[in-house]
Amino acid sequence: MEAFQFNQAKTVSSALEAVRSQTEAKFVAGGTTLVDLMKLNVEIPKKVVDINSLPLTQIESTPDGGLKIGAMVRNSDLAHDETVQQRYTVLSEALLSGASPQLRNMASTGGNLLQRTRCYYFRDTAYPCNKREPGSGCPAIDGFNRIHAILGTSEHCIATHPSDMAVAMMALEAVVHIQGAHGERNVPLNDFYLLPGSTPNRENVLALGDLITYVTLPPLTNGTRSHYLKLRDRASYEFALSSAAVVALLSGHRIQRVRIALGGVGTKPWRSMEAEQILEGREASENNFRAAAEAALKDAKPRHDNAFKVELAKRCLTRTLKNVTQFA
Amino acid sequence: MSSSVIGGPITRIDGKLKVTGGAKYAADYPIEKLAYGVAVPSTIADGKIARIDSVKAEKMPGVLAVFHHDNFDKLYRPAGAFEELSRPGESRPPFEDGNIYYYGQFVALVVADTFQQAQDAAANVHVTYDEKAPLVLLNQATTSNTTLAKKYSRGDADSAFPKAPVQLDQTYTTPTETHNPMEMHATIAVWNKDKVTLYESSQGVVNHHNVMSEMLGIPLENIEVISKFIGSGFGGKLFPWPHSLLAAVAARKLGRPVKVSVPRTLMFTTVGHRPATQQRMRLGATQDGKLVSFQNDILQHTSLVDDYVEDCTQVSSLLYSSPNNTAIQHLARLNVGTPTPMRGPGRTPALFAIESAMDELAIKLNMDALELRLKNYAETDEASNLPWSSKHLREAYQTGADRFGWSKRNPKVGSMRNGDLIQGWGMATCTWPAGRHAAEVRVRLLADGTARASCATQDIGTGTYTVFAQVVSDKTGLPLGKIQVVLGDSALPPGPTSGGSSVTSTVLPAIVEATQKAVDAVIQVAVYTPNSPFQNVDAKTLKMTQGRIHAQDKSPDTGVPFQDILALRNLVGLDGHAKTDADPDVKKFSTHSFGAHFCEISFDPGIARLRITRWLTVIDSGRMVNAKTARNQILGGVVMGIGMGLFEATIYDTRNGHPINNNFADYIVPVNADIPEMDCIFLDYPDTVLNEYGARGVGEIGLTGVASALTSAVYHATGVRVRDLPIRMEQLLV
Repeated sequence: MEAFQFNQAKTVSSALEAVRSQTEAKFVAGGTTLVDLMKLNVEIPKKVVDINSLPLTQIESTPDGGLKIGAMVRNSDLAHDETVQQRYTVLSEALLSGASPQLRNMASTGGNLLQRTRCYYFRDTAYPCNKREPGSGCPAIDGFNRIHAILGTSEHCIATHPSDMAVAMMALEAVVHIQGAHGERNVPLNDFYLLPGSTPNRENVLALGDLITYVTLPPLTNGTRSHYLKLRDRASYEFALSSAAVVALLSGHRIQRVRIALGGVGTKPWRSMEAEQILEGREASENNFRAAAEAALKDAKPRHDNAFKVELAKRCLTRTLKNVTQFA
Repeated sequence: MSSSVIGGPITRIDGKLKVTGGAKYAADYPIEKLAYGVAVPSTIADGKIARIDSVKAEKMPGVLAVFHHDNFDKLYRPAGAFEELSRPGESRPPFEDGNIYYYGQFVALVVADTFQQAQDAAANVHVTYDEKAPLVLLNQATTSNTTLAKKYSRGDADSAFPKAPVQLDQTYTTPTETHNPMEMHATIAVWNKDKVTLYESSQGVVNHHNVMSEMLGIPLENIEVISKFIGSGFGGKLFPWPHSLLAAVAARKLGRPVKVSVPRTLMFTTVGHRPATQQRMRLGATQDGKLVSFQNDILQHTSLVDDYVEDCTQVSSLLYSSPNNTAIQHLARLNVGTPTPMRGPGRTPALFAIESAMDELAIKLNMDALELRLKNYAETDEASNLPWSSKHLREAYQTGADRFGWSKRNPKVGSMRNGDLIQGWGMATCTWPAGRHAAEVRVRLLADGTARASCATQDIGTGTYTVFAQVVSDKTGLPLGKIQVVLGDSALPPGPTSGGSSVTSTVLPAIVEATQKAVDAVIQVAVYTPNSPFQNVDAKTLKMTQGRIHAQDKSPDTGVPFQDILALRNLVGLDGHAKTDADPDVKKFSTHSFGAHFCEISFDPGIARLRITRWLTVIDSGRMVNAKTARNQILGGVVMGIGMGLFEATIYDTRNGHPINNNFADYIVPVNADIPEMDCIFLDYPDTVLNEYGARGVGEIGLTGVASALTSAVYHATGVRVRDLPIRMEQLLV
């Protein structure tokens, strides 16, 4: 770990001020990713601004019936919020499937969106890594890549996005509220993450000095059901090998509206509009679920050790669709 | 021997210290002027150091020195197998030369005033190498880097196998596993003139003491090794590793105490591991299931520096009755650190292969798996032609089968359903050899009415402190609270290494004898001292119960507390010292523990989700000395076996020999959610060949056989036979 300057911000404006025109500044919230990576010398910020005191800890209903979640709401608090549990079940389930209680008590909503990959090679500076240093190479492509992505990959990076929460939020069509040097802007989560392409170091649309302040969830039509399923080697405390978030509204046995996102398989939380299109207006049937899963994984590009993820992700999505559409 | 202090569920006497933070582990000792050493590991697995650039590091704040092969003190190789108790983890002294044999090998040591300074400077030591492509996987080995290590044979299996009416020929593999005890290795070296004290996390202070004397080239009396509490070792701390020498030499050169801790990432490279194994099992049987031929051809890896043998041959030679048996083991030299025993060494990988093959053979024969075991029950040890000292495996099978409900098993694959889930039932045998080594124990009865037992063995978390107190209590009648146990210091009378599940059976006779001698000494004082109520009484008519000396034919209340006898002569205490040998009767018997595992798994075929739902283990391991710690050992062993079956594998990047999952997020071990309802039954038949209590040892047996019980259950549920551990969901996506 390198020496760094440390500041504590009490307000959003002072936080923004503290990083203004600093190219190597980072905000720290729960610290569950950043501090680890600093210890590994993967992140070497010159300045760290602590935003744990920012007044962004509220979970509030919005006038349109949606939910506004402060960026500093802890994962545990969000998971156990009554509204989230009842109306946005998929989000509560996703949060509780992630990490451990201790980590969830620290991890923040904004920080979770910015979690960085568990790629072994990214986390070890003895290796080159295009995500750390564009153009230096990707040892994962020809290395051990069982945990790596099969969707959204490029010849420069196959690192998996690790978040569970973001997958659920993707299916909930969350909107990220960002405060930056030039004021506030809102970005739908679906547009927030970037594919690695030839610039895997750029993971999202945040610009220098931007701060996530809130995430909003649009209202859900009454009767909407949702579910998150996570598959991994052990029963708890492990990142997903494959996960699926489904938010669906049924009309009888017909799927009126559905939103689908996959985790553990993409270079970003993976929204599958292809799968949604296949299902909307169709019968909730095993055949249609499987067809949707085939569509979602149509462009999958497996590598040496992760070919199983293609079938695993299909089964994961099929089962999640089945669970969410089961009739009482 | 009749009191419940032996055999009952006794809480660890050191438990409170551990849970309150009062127990000091190696790295915990607050030493004045302590300097911190941080090792620089090699980032290649084969080649030579071309250049070490430490100019920048040496100028960094707080840095005291950067040591490497060009500026280190001369060290010697240990006597190793040429002597008793002189075994290193790695026989090559650190920094011996510029050769690199494995990834993570220490190439430099930075010592600084603070840990942070040392770590920072270590990251700024730049090493360049002349690198060769390494060999890190067992299946890359060729005959040119493979040597014969062990060979057992009886009868003529090569001729018998091809003629057998039913034949099974399958190969099973187990991956490299890393011990990963919670407490990482650490050494603090403190010199006082020419004498050094080493605070260690060691499973064998006596062996550590000997090896350090030999490798440092200084007399034994100039070294003291202290290891009071150990955050477990699982075998990884049996023998000294290079960091201990680095600390000792750096401290001597700097004239200042030095601590060297091994970080988690280097726990995967420089302090041993269980080597990968590949075992080809060939079983020949008659149509009714009698084995006529039993063969195991074993290949395991070792390092380029040492020959470590993970002996899979012994258990192959004796577990089942068969007139023809061969077990041949080869070593393949790979660019990895030296492997070392990990809980249940040899038998654990061997039983995965043997018990998997037996399960497969049973299926071929259309016979129940348990029935096949009974059909081939070894009534004697056919390898040594000795009778078993005590074997109740048949009862273990039967008890387990009855309790588990094994007779209700429908052998058809996938036939046992619970809604959408499929149940699988599996079973396997477990076994571990029992032994007894030499030991010395001192027991002192003290003027304040307490007793003190001491021995240079150590408690690695298994309950050895408590066993000592239990025996002294049993033989004196003193409550456990009045007995102090002092272990983990090489200055004490020599005791056994904590390995091989043999400490309890080894120390029991010595504690008994030492305690008896101390009691006898008190009785002698009572008989020969004026004003003693027992003056001139025949010593043979006296005994000690409840801490009181009294006439054998009268109740303890009629006697006097032993400390009153000591007071008559103003004695601070009386000693009993015993030195016991490895039991001579062992040569007349084959001493082994046995048992059986029964398990149930639940499989969700749609999402390839495997969960263990029930586990039962029945153990025939002699008499339990402490029901609580014994149960803890067996259940802990099963949990570790579940890890072996489902999760554990150290994964090397074949390009550079780097174990890429070298942390607890990526090296998966079971969490509570993976562990089902478990039970353990002890048959509790005393095996008095080893000691008067009839205790054998329970540290390792629980782990053996677990993985094959699991793969058998997985086959029963899914029809998939997993022959390469661990069981992964990709194998179950059927």
